Amino acid sequence: MTELLQLVVNGLVTGSIIAIAAIGLSLVYGILKIVNFAHGDYLTLGAFVAFTVNVTWGFGMAGAALAAIVAVALVGFGLERGLWRPLRRRGSGLIGLFIVSIGLALVLRNVILLVWGARPRRYDVDVFQVYELGPIRLSQSQLVVIVVASTAITLVGLMLARTRLGKGMRALADNRQLAAATGIDADRITTYTWLLAAGLAGLGGVLQGLLQNAFTPSMGFTLLLPIFAAVILGGVGSAYGALVGGLVLGLVMEVSTWSALAGGIPSVYKPVVAFAVLIGVLVLRPQGVLGRARTV
Amino acid sequence: MSERDVILEVEDVHKSFGGLAAVAGATFDVERSSITALIGPNGAGKTTLFHVVSGFYKPDHGAVRLDGERIDGSPTHRIVRRGLVRTFQLTKALTRMSVLDNMLVAAPAQPGERMWRVFATPGAVKRREEEVHERALELLSLVGLERLADDYAAVLSGGQRKLLEFARALMTEPSLVMLDEPMAGVNPSLGVELLEHMRELQRERGTTFLLIEHDIDVVMTVSERVVVMSSGAVIADGPPDDVRRNEAVIDAYLGSPHAHEEVHEIAGESSS
Repeated sequence: MTELLQLVVNGLVTGSIIAIAAIGLSLVYGILKIVNFAHGDYLTLGAFVAFTVNVTWGFGMAGAALAAIVAVALVGFGLERGLWRPLRRRGSGLIGLFIVSIGLALVLRNVILLVWGARPRRYDVDVFQVYELGPIRLSQSQLVVIVVASTAITLVGLMLARTRLGKGMRALADNRQLAAATGIDADRITTYTWLLAAGLAGLGGVLQGLLQNAFTPSMGFTLLLPIFAAVILGGVGSAYGALVGGLVLGLVMEVSTWSALAGGIPSVYKPVVAFAVLIGVLVLRPQGVLGRARTV
Repeated sequence: MSERDVILEVEDVHKSFGGLAAVAGATFDVERSSITALIGPNGAGKTTLFHVVSGFYKPDHGAVRLDGERIDGSPTHRIVRRGLVRTFQLTKALTRMSVLDNMLVAAPAQPGERMWRVFATPGAVKRREEEVHERALELLSLVGLERLADDYAAVLSGGQRKLLEFARALMTEPSLVMLDEPMAGVNPSLGVELLEHMRELQRERGTTFLLIEHDIDVVMTVSERVVVMSSGAVIADGPPDDVRRNEAVIDAYLGSPHAHEEVHEIAGESSS
C-alpha cells in the first residue's frame, strides 16, 4: 500500500510537468492550428537558461526559473513574429506548419547543443535532502515540482475560465471568424498565447531538469511524445483536457511499475504503457476524455 | 441627398475571386436608424458585400465608410468595436463555451480587459461585469434562450444558434447591425418577435439594421428601404413599393431560375 501511495505521488509529480507542457501545446494548436513539434525544445531551452543563471552566474533556483520563463516566453514571441505570423499570412496549411516546426525543433536543439554542449548538466541544488510525509518520501526537487506546478496549473485554469483574455483565447480556438466578428482582437490574443505557452514550457523545462537531476539537450525531445499523448488523451485543443491528460498519463506510467501488478512492469516500459492507455482511451472515446460530442 | 443622415456608405465596391466578379461596382448607402433590406437573386453578391463591409475581405476597388470614415481594409474586430456588427448566413456559435459566455465575450471593452485594472480598480470592474452579465441575460430571455444560458452552445439547434447570433450581435452595443438571413430556420412566431424587437431597438436606441432576407413578406413589411443587387451591382434602391414595380428588378428575378416564387411575390401576383 505504501508502495502504491509512493507511486501515485511520483505519478503526480511526473504528470504535472507533462500537464504544464501539454496545456501550452494544446493552446497553440487550438488557437493557431500549429502542431508545434518544437515544443519539447522550448522546454530544453528553459532548462539550460536556468542552468546558466543558476550555475554559471550563481543565482538561486527561483531566480533561475523566473529567468527561464521570461527567456523562453520572449523566444516564443520572437518566433511568432519572425516565423509563424509571416507563414500564417501567406496561408500555410496544417502540414506545412507542422513540417516547419520539425525543422525548428532541430535548429533549436542544435543551437542549444552549440551553446551549452552535450555534457549532462545539473543544477546547484541539494539532491540528498529528502522529506518524509508519513510513509511517503519526497525529494526536495519532487516537492518543489508539485508545489510550483500545481500553483501554475491553478493560475492558468483560473485565467482561462474567468478572465476576458482567457475567454478570448477559448473563443479564438473555437471559431476564428466568429471571434473576429464578435470584436476579439486575434493578433493580441495570439501574442499572449505564445507568451503563455512558451513561458509554461520554460517553467516545465526547469522542473523537469530538477526532477531528472542531470539533463542533456535532448531532454525536451524525449518528453515530447508523452506531451503529445497527454494533449490527445484529453481532447485536442482543450486546455483543461491537456491538464487531465497529463496527470492521467503520469499516474499510469508510474503506477504500472507497482509490484502487485504481476510483479510490476520494468520501468523502461513506462512510455509503452502510456501509449497503450492512450490507444485504449481513443478506441472508447475518440474525442478524448474531455472532448465533447457535438451537433454538426 | 444632403439632407439625409447616412451611417454607412458603400461606394463603387469591386471584389473578384479569380475571374469571377462577385461584387462589381456596388454603390448604395444606409440611413441612420433605418431598417434597410438587401435583396437579390442567389449569387448576386449580397453575402460577399457583407464580407467586404464587415472587414473579412478587402475590396479590390472602392470605399466603405462608417460615419463618414473609411473602414474598408480595417480588421474585423476593430470594425465591430466601432459599432458595426454582422451575423452569418451559415450560423456560427462558439460551441465549446456556454451560451452565456458566448454573450459575454461580445461585450465591448470593459475595465477588466486590462489585467492590472482587476487589482487597481476592483470596484469598477465588478460593477461593469454585473452590468454586462445582466444585459446578456436580458438579451437571452428576449430570444428565449435564458434557460439554456449555462449549457454549452454545442447543444443548440440550428434555429437556436440563429437566435444566439442575433443576441450576440446586439451584445456588442452596435449602432449598425447587418443580419444575413436572420429568419431562415427560425420558427415564424419567434421570427415575428424578432422583427418586433428590431423595431423597438430602432425606435429606442436608434439602432440601424441592414438585412439580407429572402422572405419577401418580411422585406416588404419591415424595411423602409430596399436595395436590390444583381450580378454584383445595385440595380434598384428605394421604398419597398417602388422596388416591387421596378422593371429591372422583375427582370433580374426572372433571369434567375431559382427565384420564380419570389418573382410572383415581388410582382404582387400571388400574394399581398
